[in-house]
Amino acid sequence: MSALLEVSGISVTFDGFRAINNLSFEIGPAELRAVIGPNGAGKTTFMDIVTGKTRPDSGKVLFGERSVNLLGMTEAQIARAGVGRKFQRPTVFEDQSVAENLMMALKADRGPFAVLRWRPRPEHHARVAELASEVGLADHLPRKAGELSHGQKQWLEIGMLLAQEPRLLLVDEPAAGMTLAEREHTTRLLVDLAKTRAVVVVEHDMDFVRRLACKVTVLHEGAVLAEGSLDHVTRNPAVIEVYLGRG
Amino acid sequence: MRQILMMLVAVILFTAPAALRAETAAELLTENRALIEKSSRQSIGPVIGALAASGDPAAQAVLEAWADKRLGLRKSDGAFFLLTETPEGFALTDPAGTPAGSAAKAEITALKPNSGVRGLIATALVQFQLSDPDPAKRAAALASIARDPLPDHLEPLAASLARETDPAITARKARLASLLTLRFHPDSATRVAAIDSFGADLGLDLRGALNPLLATTRIAATAAPEGANIAAELEPGSDIALEAAYDLLVAAGRAPARLTLADQRAALLAHAQGGSVGGVAVADLADQAARDRAYTALEQAGLVPTAATEDEVTAAIAAHRFFDVYAEPDPAVTTAAQAALARISLKVGAMQAADLSLDALSLASIYFLAAIGLAITFGVMRVINMAHGDFIMLGAYTGYVTQQIIPDYTTSILVALPMAFAVTFAAGVAMERLVIRHLYRRPLETLLATFGISIALQQLAKNIFGTQARPLTSPAWLDGAWVLNDVVSISYIRIAIFVLALMFLGLFLFIMKRTRLGLEVRAVTQNPGMAASMGINPDRINMLTFGLGSGIAGVAGVAIGLFAKVTSELGSDYIVQSFMTVVVGGVGNIWGTLAGATLIGFFQKGIEWLNPSNTLAAQTYMILFIILFIQFRPRGIIALKGRAAGD
Amino acid sequence: MTPGSLSRNPSVLIFLATLALFTLAVTFLSEAAGAGLISTSFVKTLGKTLCLCLIALAMDLIWGFAGILSLGHFAFFALGGYMIGMWLMYARTEVIVVEALAGAGLPPTPQEIRDGIASQIFGVVGGSDLPAIWAFAGSLPAQLALVVLVPGTLALVFGWLAFRSRVTGVYLSILTQAMTLALALYLFQNDSGLRGNNGLSGLQNIPGAEAVGQDWLSVWFFWASAAALGLGYALAAWVVSGKFGSVIRAIRDDEARVRFLGYPVEVYKLTVFTLTAVITAIAGALYYPQAGIINPAEMAPIASIYLAVWVAIGGRGRLYGAVIGAVFVSLLSSWFTGGRAPDLNLGFYTVKWVDWWQIVLGLSFVLVTLYAPRGIGGLFDLIAGLRAPDRRGAALGPGDGALREQEAKE
Repeated sequence: MSALLEVSGISVTFDGFRAINNLSFEIGPAELRAVIGPNGAGKTTFMDIVTGKTRPDSGKVLFGERSVNLLGMTEAQIARAGVGRKFQRPTVFEDQSVAENLMMALKADRGPFAVLRWRPRPEHHARVAELASEVGLADHLPRKAGELSHGQKQWLEIGMLLAQEPRLLLVDEPAAGMTLAEREHTTRLLVDLAKTRAVVVVEHDMDFVRRLACKVTVLHEGAVLAEGSLDHVTRNPAVIEVYLGRG
Repeated sequence: MRQILMMLVAVILFTAPAALRAETAAELLTENRALIEKSSRQSIGPVIGALAASGDPAAQAVLEAWADKRLGLRKSDGAFFLLTETPEGFALTDPAGTPAGSAAKAEITALKPNSGVRGLIATALVQFQLSDPDPAKRAAALASIARDPLPDHLEPLAASLARETDPAITARKARLASLLTLRFHPDSATRVAAIDSFGADLGLDLRGALNPLLATTRIAATAAPEGANIAAELEPGSDIALEAAYDLLVAAGRAPARLTLADQRAALLAHAQGGSVGGVAVADLADQAARDRAYTALEQAGLVPTAATEDEVTAAIAAHRFFDVYAEPDPAVTTAAQAALARISLKVGAMQAADLSLDALSLASIYFLAAIGLAITFGVMRVINMAHGDFIMLGAYTGYVTQQIIPDYTTSILVALPMAFAVTFAAGVAMERLVIRHLYRRPLETLLATFGISIALQQLAKNIFGTQARPLTSPAWLDGAWVLNDVVSISYIRIAIFVLALMFLGLFLFIMKRTRLGLEVRAVTQNPGMAASMGINPDRINMLTFGLGSGIAGVAGVAIGLFAKVTSELGSDYIVQSFMTVVVGGVGNIWGTLAGATLIGFFQKGIEWLNPSNTLAAQTYMILFIILFIQFRPRGIIALKGRAAGD
Repeated sequence: MTPGSLSRNPSVLIFLATLALFTLAVTFLSEAAGAGLISTSFVKTLGKTLCLCLIALAMDLIWGFAGILSLGHFAFFALGGYMIGMWLMYARTEVIVVEALAGAGLPPTPQEIRDGIASQIFGVVGGSDLPAIWAFAGSLPAQLALVVLVPGTLALVFGWLAFRSRVTGVYLSILTQAMTLALALYLFQNDSGLRGNNGLSGLQNIPGAEAVGQDWLSVWFFWASAAALGLGYALAAWVVSGKFGSVIRAIRDDEARVRFLGYPVEVYKLTVFTLTAVITAIAGALYYPQAGIINPAEMAPIASIYLAVWVAIGGRGRLYGAVIGAVFVSLLSSWFTGGRAPDLNLGFYTVKWVDWWQIVLGLSFVLVTLYAPRGIGGLFDLIAGLRAPDRRGAALGPGDGALREQEAKE
């Protein structure tokens, strides 16, 4: 199985501080992967690089069957190529309704003139309703997103990601601030999603990672320290030393 | 230089009248009575020369009286007297200087020398003035020669040089003698030596002396003029425009004038008869081709002068050669003069670059001073204050009011600086407490709210102080300029502003790096929440920081008011530049502000130098440059990178 | 305009109806129609106010909806005015020059006419040649095209440069202000080809309509301004009603997030910036023939800031708010500064409104920003009983956190 995303040898330096140091990473087209590591290990910077927010000093990031290099593309182009990202803090457009938020995220031509002419058809409304019920917001469609609770905003954002139909999903600490039941729901959803697409989850919560039951990549000081099942990496002395040992 | 002078003196002494005849002025006058009575420029020269050379101390008085039309003859005996007008007639003094009674007007023939003769006398008098015992008179004589140099001055000047005792005047005399030599001396080699003796001297007087040597006239001729000192031959079409070349031929009467459209129109109108001209209906003449046809018809009928056609113009130009000819006939002199001017202009160029750099530095320090307060409020607090410019204005008016109360300029400036700081500090704190505090994290609203304050403050200033500019006078010791040479100079006010800017840079660095306040400000800037949890009161810090930034704007206002007009619009002239300085430099870094101010100052002066007539264009280009600059360095010259910048 | 978007925007119909009624009322009360209750000069003032409403509308689109506080729109406004002014001045001068030359014996050649026009127009700045930028001045269609093309191209190039380098927030505002200042300073030069600080004048005389009196001309322009405003309003309502409106509001609130949704944010900003620049330029082209004169002082940075004031006082992010703000503030301003407002005698001091209006305006602007960020438009919400969503931060500003992040980025 060839990789969907292939990151090789990237390095990035901020004012002399090496945030990412010759990092390589690979993920298949339908795979769930957890990325863990202590603070400052470079998890967020890694996601920033894949989504185009930060330019690495060296290395390459190839995506898809045709191995497109993501490094030359803008954030929007990368997103259109099929990379979705969920931020740690829920970022939804609070001044707009849940339906508008989802409608905006629906996969469609993103060019301004196409958007200007675009008017919702019944199937679009149906898709929005379907997505809303999937994330438990079916009753809240006309409400302004700003009025939702924190957890509901998380769900709305996940719904927007689903609407984008990405092939690679980068999720930053999805379980933060969720109730136990919501975590369960999230776990199920992520595992489901990973059946049809690649999902990378960055997480601190070991319990949550264990529940995902997937391959784990441990980052430390901007490089991969260990990779394998959770049990495998937690037995790795180096990992215990830098990460688990502290906790 | 010295050798030249010795040579000069020697030459002049040889050419001077050989012997000083032991005759008094009175005797000379008597001897030459016939010549003097009917004096003319052609004949009187030797007499004046003899008088001047007589060595008689009375000669100067006699000559002065003659030139003033105060020399006269007694009709009865033909004796010369110096005349002083009295109600009854004249009081007489004999040429030796002793009073000789008086006479009625009818008894005396007053001599009335014409202007030519008076000129000769004045020249002869120069040598007396140049040797006058009073140094001020000698200096005045030098100044008058320098103002209006004549060939005749050279001789007495060189003669007086040897006898001069005052070193300062000796130097001036020597310089003037050399300047006169290079223009008027009969010997070519001496002139060239005089020119070369100056090297690359920057004096305007030297350039004033050299430039006439290189004056040219433009002539058209069929062959190179014989014996003329030709500066250059001009190639029509490249060195001289074809139109200009032909105009030269027309002016010299060597070719007929071209037909202008206005002349053609007049000629056609004059010959219009019965609705047609030259066989063309007048109604059809709304077309250049038709007018040309009509005019040609008139030409063929001999009714109008033949105008030069394009072919004739081309032929005439081809048949002639065009020259620039020096008025100065000596090629050695013109070559030397040219070389000297080239040396000078090279040096002047270097000096101008130095002068420009000084100007740019002073402009940069003004921008820095105007922007440093903004760098604090905008750079450190991320609060945009459109009223910053009006705080500058407030500071300037504080200075003005202080001067109204304290008349001594030095004291009033010393009082005004802290006063301005206090006033704008208070205004800044009030504004922060009342408005900005509520708008943190809403930068666009802050921009608009502070703009509202800005228009209110401007109008308030207008209501109180009126629309006309108010003077803010600098103390006398700041008047004048530090002059290095004829090219490089800088006014003391600008030096003071430069020093002030340096002081504020130091003050800012001291406060930020060495005081508790600076530490707390940096802490609040980086992480307000964390700072607050460590016992720092962010409200207090924000208030003080804003007050500090505003206070510095007030002090800058006093400084700017010293050289700019204090009006209610003073601030708005600086606000955009100040923001540009901060943005170009890089927000949040005082060195960036310094770099931004320097860049903008030098750039603006640079453009003004390229296009000196147009400061408006300079500002336009500068703003365009800044817009483009931000393309390449969106975060300014000194940018915070990485996570510190929130990336 | 589809029925769907109309039904979701009843305000468009209300607005258009109100505008139509107002236009009819002014027409019948004008001197031209005989009633004479509204003087010709006041009809012109009203027509100019409608043009200002149109530019306020554009400002609301770019600022209230897309979140870009442009302080440069008066540059586009004035450029539009200059483009139409060039034709008005050229064509009118041509009529005069042809008349003068016709009485001089020979029928004039095209060259003579051109020279005559050039020396008539440029004599005041010591020129006698027609600058190259006047090449199309003789043609109305060409100049009308330039009304749109010149400001549109300027906006496109400037916007491309600015958005490409991701200049945002106050930086962008200051950059737009700098652009306006640069243009104004350039036009102030005598050799700019547009008569320096003399500007273009006599624009109230419409060539070819000499027979029509100013009373009717003023009504014509009033109609044209009203039509432009109506069309502009409908266009703006259409633009903001659908997904496009959703996207630009999203850009205003969190542009980084919009990028991760796959929208090319810069292209959207550029589209809105250029569109509003063109609307603004058309407003300018209608405004200056009513004003009669245009000079570079019109595009002083302060004018663009006043524009922001109108929109803010009227209420950002709602189209009718911008229109209300422009009408309210500009008419009030001209009433106070025109010396028509009675002085206020406080006993110890007489408040002359000519002197004090600016202060009142400035301070009330501060108060509106602080206490009524929704502006006059907010009153409509009160009447309708609507409430803003209960959330942190300002009514229409970005969320606290997002903004902090963006600000720190620069």
